[in-house]
Amino acid sequence: MSAAAPRQRPRPRDIALQAALLAVLLGAFAWCLGNAADALGRRGIAMGFSYLWEQAGFGIGESAIPFQPSDTYARAFLVGLLNTLKVSAFAIVAATILGVALGLMRLSPNLGARALSGAYVELFRNTPQLLQIIFWYWLITRLPGPRQALRPMEGLLISNRGVMLAWPQPHPAWEMAGWALLAGFVLAIGWAVLARLRRWPVLWPAIALILVLPLAAWAIGGAPTALEWPAVRGLAIRGGISVSPEFVALFLGLSLYIAAFVAEIVRGGVLSVPKAQVETARALGLKRGQISRLVVMPQALRVMVPPLAAQYVSLVKNSSLAVAIGYPDVVNISNTTLAQTGHVVEAVLLMSAVYLFISLVIGAAMARYNRAVLLQER
Amino acid sequence: MDQGIVLDLSRPPPPVPRVGAIGWLRREFFAGPISIALTVAILALCVWVGPGLWHWLVTQAVWATPDPTVCRTAAGACWAVIGQKWRVILFATYPYDEQWRGGLVVGLLGVMTAITTIRVLWSRALLVAWIAAIAAALVLQTGGILGLSYVPTGRWGGLPLAVLLFVGTVALGMPLAVVLALGRRSELPVLRGVSRGYVEIVRGLPLVNVLFMASLLVPLFLPEGMNPDKLLRAQLGMAIFFAAYSAEAVRGGLQALPRGQEEAARALGLGAWARTTRVILPQALRIAVPALANDVIRAFKNTSLLVVIGLFDVLGGAMAALEDPAWSRYYVEAYLFVALLYFAICAFLSFRARHLEAELAQGRNF
Repeated sequence: MSAAAPRQRPRPRDIALQAALLAVLLGAFAWCLGNAADALGRRGIAMGFSYLWEQAGFGIGESAIPFQPSDTYARAFLVGLLNTLKVSAFAIVAATILGVALGLMRLSPNLGARALSGAYVELFRNTPQLLQIIFWYWLITRLPGPRQALRPMEGLLISNRGVMLAWPQPHPAWEMAGWALLAGFVLAIGWAVLARLRRWPVLWPAIALILVLPLAAWAIGGAPTALEWPAVRGLAIRGGISVSPEFVALFLGLSLYIAAFVAEIVRGGVLSVPKAQVETARALGLKRGQISRLVVMPQALRVMVPPLAAQYVSLVKNSSLAVAIGYPDVVNISNTTLAQTGHVVEAVLLMSAVYLFISLVIGAAMARYNRAVLLQER
Repeated sequence: MDQGIVLDLSRPPPPVPRVGAIGWLRREFFAGPISIALTVAILALCVWVGPGLWHWLVTQAVWATPDPTVCRTAAGACWAVIGQKWRVILFATYPYDEQWRGGLVVGLLGVMTAITTIRVLWSRALLVAWIAAIAAALVLQTGGILGLSYVPTGRWGGLPLAVLLFVGTVALGMPLAVVLALGRRSELPVLRGVSRGYVEIVRGLPLVNVLFMASLLVPLFLPEGMNPDKLLRAQLGMAIFFAAYSAEAVRGGLQALPRGQEEAARALGLGAWARTTRVILPQALRIAVPALANDVIRAFKNTSLLVVIGLFDVLGGAMAALEDPAWSRYYVEAYLFVALLYFAICAFLSFRARHLEAELAQGRNF
């Protein structure tokens, strides 16, 4: 990163300067930690991570793994981490689909589509994301109760308790299909590696693997089709699967906001392809679909990937706004933990480590992908 | 994917008229089957939601009434909630009789921000005016002298608080960003490592996380009895966050500057300080203005996060206003008002930023 040419031998003044900087920083760090240890010691709290194995004593409304108040703080933290990952994953997929659609609409020759997409992008980009999340949360929690739930279609109930959806009844065949799906993904990745070396087609066989394996497993298991319908029983809705109001609000707030940025990236990426490329392709007699698939997309993707990665990282980080509406994510659980135990420094460090790790992993994965789509020059 | 290229040798359709009203309509709305389908879908959407939305927003809305029961019977929006509650939304917990002071603060800092986006006014005098404006804003907000009653920081809130923290964030964060950007390009490995570590770590964290650090860890890290104000801690967190992002913008500007500039300055015998402040930075910052403007606008949007650590910004003010059970059901109107406020300010700032960008791009020859 250095701008200047490498120096042969460092000057004594430079060495002294850097040593002093290092000493000041380390000294300040040690002084801060010492003060914190003192302050916590007066409250009878010893610094360290052993509190993680104590009983948490609080319940969590939403969890991907079983959790009881008698479980440990470590398990509670894991629940928070899984909740963060869950909402981020769903929101990233939705934001990408909506963003690509909006970006293509903005490039459309149709004025109405351009105007609609432009209005969406400006509106969602120029208002704070937290305001949007809180707005969705208020909207959902003030819907009618389960008895008067909205039913936009059969098997879908929307009420102030969240969204309820019809879901297949438990059956071993579904479990087998789930494992087959996982196996399909692993095999597809294996295929991609192998096919890239042999220059075999990559995409369609991989998609076929991911689709066909679970379908076959489901059919072999007896092809169950029975659904469990959500129905009002007493004051609550039972049956099917339910999605909490907090999750829905956070999911909407994250995906609708980031979609506006994705739309701009898609538009910029497509516009970055020189016009002459399209004209040349047309002159060669390629059809419209071929032009976009073989000429425009490969070149646009190269421009789009780095800013897209930055948006995905920012989506995961913004999922921390969950704390404002009480969705049990990493920040929320850490907050409860530090309030109960007083282990402020450790809890804050732990939650920071999670975000740093996620940011670095997505950054590294995107850098790898970026190298793959980069211009292969002679 | 190697299926070869299929030549399309069929005859093209006759050209469609491209001029006049008919030509425009055809080009913009009916240029092919996809475009026609889109037009039909958008028209259907307009017919489906348009009238209802119009009636809710305008014709059946209640515009002004002190009585919330009037809104209950109306089918449209209840804009009266804004007329009744705008003081709480805009000024939150600030003492009612002193809220004109907050209004003055917003006006003063708003005018200063608007003036700063005008290129020809950039001078040393503007810097002095900024320092005077910030000092005046702090005096107005705090009081205790000049016959103004004292208002503790715990009661500050609403738009004046958001604007003050926004200005403070940029004023504190920008110099730090420049130092960090220069540090990342330094020849000294330790300085380079520290700057890089700071930028990478802070950019990897959510702002909520940084604000929690500032509000929870800072009091612990300082010796007993030395507890900075809650507002000051929030300001610190916001500035730390802003600096990490703007440092990258400044670094982009530094990287875009041709190396010849530095080499020429060195050849002329300028020292390191003069090279940096007279040759490198003026040009690099100029290149970085568009990216910096984005960061500044984001810093303003981020003031809405203060509510997470228990400060009453505009969003907090709106939530406080909705605590009143009589008006609480009109939350859509109240939040739309806050959204509109942020939208207007952000749209104005980005409009000025685009203008500035075009102005600064003139006369650049690399």
